[in-house]
Amino acid sequence: MRGVSKSFGAIQALQSVDFDIVAGEVLGLMGDNGAGKSTLVKIIAGNYPPSAGEIVLEGTRVRFSRPLDARQCGIEIVYQDLALCNNLTAAANVFLGRELKKSIGPLRYIDHGAMYKRASKLFAELKSETRPRDVVRQMSGGQRQAVAIARTRLSDPKIVLMDEPTAAISVRQVAEVLDLIRQLRDSNHAVVLISHRMPDVFSVCDRVAVLRRGRKVADKRVFETSPEEITGLITGAIESA
Amino acid sequence: MIESNKNGGGHAEINETVSSRRELTAAGAMIRTQPFWVLVAIIAIGLVMSVISDVFMTERNLYNVTRNFAFFGIMALGMTAVIVTAGIDLSVGSLMGLTGIAAGLAMQAGYSIGVGFAACMGTAIVVGLINGILIAYLKMQPFVVTLGMLAMARSISMVISNNKMIYQFGPDQDLFEWIGGQNIWGVPNPVWVLVVLTVIFIVAFRYTTWGRWVFAVGGNAEAAKLAGIPVERVIVSVYVVSASCAGLAAFLMVGWFGSVTNALGLTYELNVIAASVIGGANLMGGIGYAVGAPIGAALMELIRNSLLLAGIDALWQQFFIGLFIIIAVLLERLRNRGS
Repeated sequence: MRGVSKSFGAIQALQSVDFDIVAGEVLGLMGDNGAGKSTLVKIIAGNYPPSAGEIVLEGTRVRFSRPLDARQCGIEIVYQDLALCNNLTAAANVFLGRELKKSIGPLRYIDHGAMYKRASKLFAELKSETRPRDVVRQMSGGQRQAVAIARTRLSDPKIVLMDEPTAAISVRQVAEVLDLIRQLRDSNHAVVLISHRMPDVFSVCDRVAVLRRGRKVADKRVFETSPEEITGLITGAIESA
Repeated sequence: MIESNKNGGGHAEINETVSSRRELTAAGAMIRTQPFWVLVAIIAIGLVMSVISDVFMTERNLYNVTRNFAFFGIMALGMTAVIVTAGIDLSVGSLMGLTGIAAGLAMQAGYSIGVGFAACMGTAIVVGLINGILIAYLKMQPFVVTLGMLAMARSISMVISNNKMIYQFGPDQDLFEWIGGQNIWGVPNPVWVLVVLTVIFIVAFRYTTWGRWVFAVGGNAEAAKLAGIPVERVIVSVYVVSASCAGLAAFLMVGWFGSVTNALGLTYELNVIAASVIGGANLMGGIGYAVGAPIGAALMELIRNSLLLAGIDALWQQFFIGLFIIIAVLLERLRNRGS
């Protein structure tokens, strides 16, 4: 991302932010509430276009006018509120918008069996006890998380964006999610982890970037920095690094 | 599951409680649904009535009962799709008047039944599109849009009919009246239409992406949008479907009556919504059953018929139907709290 800015009326949410996201690397994105993290995610996800600046993906400039465009370019997002339909089953949510179909002659119909099977496999890979036929309404936070993450695994995305994936789940499940992030990295995906939780970022990220008031104030390798320095950068005690 | 059980005693205990909440079997899932319990109520009322009334189980009475609820069942199918998206369509009653008059005018002018049917369904689709576009793209509230349409459609039907009854339906009058008023193998034609439509809706809800998306939009429109579902088009489609069902019901009902006035379908919207809700459709969206529509409509007609045969004053009818709506919703509340 080069010189990306976004303003809403008089409010400048992002000011000329540059970013590199590299395959096989986990980038931690940190910042206080209102620092511009969510705005940045939504620009990458195609929810709205940047006011200025550009996104270059593998050498070509891309413009997303809707979330589907971003997905087709290989960008998958796990949203903070998980964006699940509570009234549908786990499998239905995993395949939402790209249901598997079977044909009899010219008729195409939803293949429930194949979706249950595939979802079941995805959950097993994630070591989650989520069952494909369960309705999301009855699930725990960790199971919901597994559904949202399983969804990104349907395609083989280039970039996986995770917005606070560990905010609402138990300690044991956090470890599982972090394992999954490492798994994604090792299979040469680029992962962007947006998180408030310092231990998570330091245990799984290769690089950490800090946003403050819409500007990027730091972008360092994890071993070159410390939780104390990052905290200072987030709060503004340290101007930039 | 098996993997995490190895993690140690503490976890095993937790995991056990998780897995004891078994996945539902088909039968287990069925008895948790509203339509199932309403069907049980229908059978119970039917048994009681067949004991206390000689007339109830006669072919003639059952013929009338099924035909009477067929029209409401047809409309309730479309209404269920709308309610599943967390919408409401108050215009279906007025739309019956408008589409019935449109069909009548076309055939009265000497056109064939095909043209009459096209006029009827064409009018319905146009009105459905207007409702849907206002709701989906201009983000207006379904209640307000369709309330406005309720008034406008009724008024237009008065204008174009010049407030006169139509009872001459051109060259295909006999066929038209046969379709709405007669039967095949002793089953009224509107009931056949209801059966076929119900099967179509069951399949559409379960086996098409359209059906899946209708439920997704009702469950979480935001999530549906993020998943790439064309939420606006889905919303427009359900209002077109609902309007089309109203048009079809009007076409059959006018044929049965053998005449049409612009008062056709007056206040039917309330019965149709009631049938959908009794059949398990949740006004909050995301939940509804195709088979619930005919079952809900059947229960309402059965109550009406039973009160009549039991010699209870007809003035009590609305009271009992209203009571059943409240009980149906209350039961659903209690069941959901249990699970």
